[in-house]
Order: sequence, then C-alpha cells, then structure tokens
Amino acid sequence: MSTSLRQSPGARVGLSIAVATGLYGVSFGALSVASGLTVWQTQALSLLLFSGGSQFAFIGVIAGGGTPVAAASAAALLGIRNAVYGMQINVLLQPRGWWRLAAAQVTIDESLATSTGQTDPLEQRRGFWVAGVGIFVLWNLFTLVGSLAGDALGDPKRWGLDGAAVAAFLALLWPRLRSRDAGAIAAACALATILAIPFVPPGVPILVAAVVAAAVGWFGYRAGPDGEGLEPDIDPYPDTVQTDRTDPS
Amino acid sequence: MTLWFWIVVACVVGFLTKLLGYLVPKKWLANPRVARIAGTLTIGLLASLTVANSVATGQQLVLDARLGALVAAAVALWLKAPFLVVVIVGAAAAAGLRLLGLP
Repeated sequence: MSTSLRQSPGARVGLSIAVATGLYGVSFGALSVASGLTVWQTQALSLLLFSGGSQFAFIGVIAGGGTPVAAASAAALLGIRNAVYGMQINVLLQPRGWWRLAAAQVTIDESLATSTGQTDPLEQRRGFWVAGVGIFVLWNLFTLVGSLAGDALGDPKRWGLDGAAVAAFLALLWPRLRSRDAGAIAAACALATILAIPFVPPGVPILVAAVVAAAVGWFGYRAGPDGEGLEPDIDPYPDTVQTDRTDPS
Repeated sequence: MTLWFWIVVACVVGFLTKLLGYLVPKKWLANPRVARIAGTLTIGLLASLTVANSVATGQQLVLDARLGALVAAAVALWLKAPFLVVVIVGAAAAAGLRLLGLP
C-alpha cells in the first residue's frame, strides 16, 4: 500500500517547498550582514535558531538600533508558535528518543504545513522530514550565499536593503491576514508601535506590540477558528482545496 | 561579544520552545487560549516589525524611501508574487526612490 519515495506525494510537496523556502535564505543572509551581524553570527542563527520569522525579527530589531536583549526577546516571542506546531507533530508522528530532538529543530511553519496537508500517516511522516530537513540544508546554504554577497555589496542603503527588510516582514505577515480579526490585530499592533517609537528605546516598541497582541489573545478575539495567525507563511498546497489534499500535483 | 551572547540565548530559547511542544502534556498546548495567543503574537509581532522597519530611525518617525518599499511590496503581494520577488521589489523601490533624490 505504501508508494515508493519517488512517487510519494508528501516527499514531492516537501521537496518543492524546500526549494522555494530555502532560496529565500539569500535574503536573510544579505539583510543580516546589512544589519551589522557578521557572516558567522548570521550562519549561527540559520543553523541553531532556524525559524525564518524569529531570525528576521532578531536582525530587524538590531537593524533598527535595538539592543541584543530586545532582539532575542522578539525572536523568542515569535518562536512560541513553534511549540504549538511541535505538539501537533508529536501527535502525528510520535518521534522517539533522539528523533525527537531532530524533529524539534526542523519544526517550522513549512514542515508542519506539508505534514498536516497529507492524510496518510506515512505521507505525513515523509512530508515532515523531507520539508524540514530539505529546508534546513538549503536555508543554511543560501544564507551563506546571501551573507557573503551582502558583505561584498557595501553600503546597504544604496542597494535598498532597508526596503528589502520592510518587504520581507510584510511578506511574512501577509499570508496570516486571511480574516478580519487578523487584520484588526495587525492594525492595532502597528498603531501601538508607531505610538511607542518616540517614547521608548529602539526595539522596545516591538515588545510593546507583543504585549498588545498577547492581551488581545487572552481577553478578546473570540471569533474565527482557533489557531488564527498560525497559518504557515507558505502554502504547500496552493492548487488543491482544503477537503482534498492527498494528491497535489 | 554581547551580541554573540544574545544570539546564543535566542537560539537556545528557540530550540527549547520547539522541544516543549514534544514534551509537555498534550492538553496544555491544546488549550485554545494558548494557541490563540501564539497566533495573535505572531501577527502582532510581524505587523510591528513591518512598521518599525518602515518608519523608525532611532526614536524618530521618518518618512523616506522605505515607505515606498512598503507600498511596492504590498502591490507585489497583492499580485501573488513569491517571497523572494517581493523582497527584490522592496529593495528596487527603495533604491530607485533614492536615485530620484528621496532620503
């Protein structure tokens, strides 16, 4: 009943997601050195932190003149969703022993989305590992390409790299704005950021927005399905509808 | 050195957060409120980072070429451009507007 790996829909989707996502490691690498990190520091983030949103958050705070503490805090808060993803993967795949540590490291938006988009348990497993490990390898490779290129570019502003950072954050946010509630939260947090900027040191406005977002999550925000905003930043199954996701092609 | 230290802290915390999902009892994180806050935090932080990187220069609000990059990126996203294209469009818009004399 199990198909070979070559014909596996989970592995196929995982591979295409890995290529698409891995490639944009170039933009992370270039923006990271433009924000003042070294090539080694940039690579450490891709190898060890390995979560696009958190990595961009870290360098985004540093680029804006924020302290490393604020940068680490923003990265940590953006990583909280990975705990929720980890729980879902743990239920689906039930990795044991050392596999758990490996699975945890490659638990990101894309590997979760690839896995949960499959219905057959074997395909869920293949999708998760192919997407997770594939992205890990390519993301790190292209981070290095980007950081070396960025290092050679010189003045980041002349190349519009500060504009590239803005575009990257908007692109990470965009797929999560599918409901009106999500849009309202984004608007409230954007406003809180603008109001806070003149009054607190750089980097801190982002943490002010985090408090607003957490308060909204705790007290309000009853409409919409649970897990709003937990949509991955890439949709591995763009051509299939929700109800029939077993054979994307 | 301080930067290295906080990079390592961010990496350790990031990994432990991922691992937490595999170790804690299912019902903790299955709590809808936890999932909801993880979701609102993600949206709120990304919105905040977008705005801060668009208009903040230190503690000042500044309107410059970055705002053009924001608009150009929004148009690209609306046209369903892939991530990397959106980033390049943002860079091109900011660089182009500076060539035209904008700060």
